[in-house]
Amino acid sequence: MSAKKKGMQSVVFLNPPCLASWASIVGPKEGEGPWGNSFDVKLSDYLLGENTWEKAESKLLQDTVTMAMSKQGLGVDEAEILLAGDLLNQIASANFAARSLNIPFLGLFGACSTMAESLILGAMLLDGGFYQRVIAATSSHHYSAERQFRFAIEQGVQRSPSAQWTATASGAVVLEAGGAGLKITAATVGKIIDMEQSDVNNMGAAMAPAAADTIKMHLADMELASDHYDLIVTGDLGSVGAALLRQLFVRDGLVPAPNYSDCGILLYDEKQDVHAGASGCGCSAAMLCGPLLAKMQRGELNKLLFVGTGALMSPTTSFQGESIPCIAHAVAIENI
Amino acid sequence: MNMPQNQQLKQAEAAEYKALVDQVNPKPTYIKNCVWAFVIGGLICMIGQIITNGLIKSGMELKAASSLTSVSLIFLAALFTGLGLYDELAKRAGAGTIVPITGFANAIVASAMEFKREGYIFGVGAKIFSVAGPTLVFGFVISVIIGLIKVITD
Repeated sequence: MSAKKKGMQSVVFLNPPCLASWASIVGPKEGEGPWGNSFDVKLSDYLLGENTWEKAESKLLQDTVTMAMSKQGLGVDEAEILLAGDLLNQIASANFAARSLNIPFLGLFGACSTMAESLILGAMLLDGGFYQRVIAATSSHHYSAERQFRFAIEQGVQRSPSAQWTATASGAVVLEAGGAGLKITAATVGKIIDMEQSDVNNMGAAMAPAAADTIKMHLADMELASDHYDLIVTGDLGSVGAALLRQLFVRDGLVPAPNYSDCGILLYDEKQDVHAGASGCGCSAAMLCGPLLAKMQRGELNKLLFVGTGALMSPTTSFQGESIPCIAHAVAIENI
Repeated sequence: MNMPQNQQLKQAEAAEYKALVDQVNPKPTYIKNCVWAFVIGGLICMIGQIITNGLIKSGMELKAASSLTSVSLIFLAALFTGLGLYDELAKRAGAGTIVPITGFANAIVASAMEFKREGYIFGVGAKIFSVAGPTLVFGFVISVIIGLIKVITD
């Protein structure tokens, strides 16, 4: 087995890449949430001065990447490669953002697990010695996602209590080889887990088993106790998915229970009429690049397991009666 | 030999998980939803009745008054959809706003507004009936069946 592979599904980084800088931009509704002041920018307008939701999302991603680089006083062209993706068909937002950013680009699709996926791949490229500076980024936009996956905005519909609200948000992390500060020390690539859940209004229930499997595999592969991390945070399980995941922790015998939370629950206030919480690539990305990494930088958290969760649902296959395949990837970020 | 056993195990696991999901899943607030639907749906019908009565009083025949009532309700629903108010009402009233003719108008106008950015042919033209289409298709089918029944029984 290679020196960097550990256990069944995990990797450890021999030269852990550092998170050199990061940025987060959120929409108006997300800005009103409990962590509103922890993001770099709170938008006042969902269109960002553009004339379509797709252009707005693309600009959101582009601005976040530019801001993450500018925090180190660098231009985007000083990054060697961009790893990014989003929820739209053909990852349109990422493609168009990359067109403007004009740096080498690998497009990713992992639905809402994209932030974790891009961090893992970025860290591997750096530890592998291929690059010195990589950007990992993702975005989601409520209105571009809504029109693609669900209904027209003005359509009168009653949302299910288990439905989640796609966040208008974006996060970008600049990863560098070597350097000091927060580091990505290990990662676990998840398998697709499908528990035959097919309710597109209950993504949390579909994704929870994938999160449980990846967390269990990570702890087993890394030979860690379940309370090793100061916080295990999942991407966007929402209140239903998080409640299920807690039950699955018990089933899997994780004792003591991990210190656990979910970005989908954290992003909005309960009063914001979002039902089971937030979802979307930008949800976990902005929570990571906003409050979570800031807490790590201040030393309030030292060991974080960031678990991106993705419901790899296609409207076409859902109408054909297929269940929802789900995935989760775990990234260990430590203050060392 | 192993495959059926594995599949059985997977099915059992999925069934077990389904039971857990059913236990955790929040239940819709049925009674509250019914009351909202009854009140708002009832109000929409009442507005329709007021319009009909008014038109009859002003000397219009019942058949013409009914048609004009439908047209008026469709116009109002389209207007409120355009103003961004109909979906706010429907969020609470549910079936009360979807079942009356106003719901049909909302579905068409909302789709037209949403897909205007893809142009008039491939956007508005192609997508305008994306939600209302099934109502039209099955409405036509049922009307043909009822017509046939009438022809046969006459």
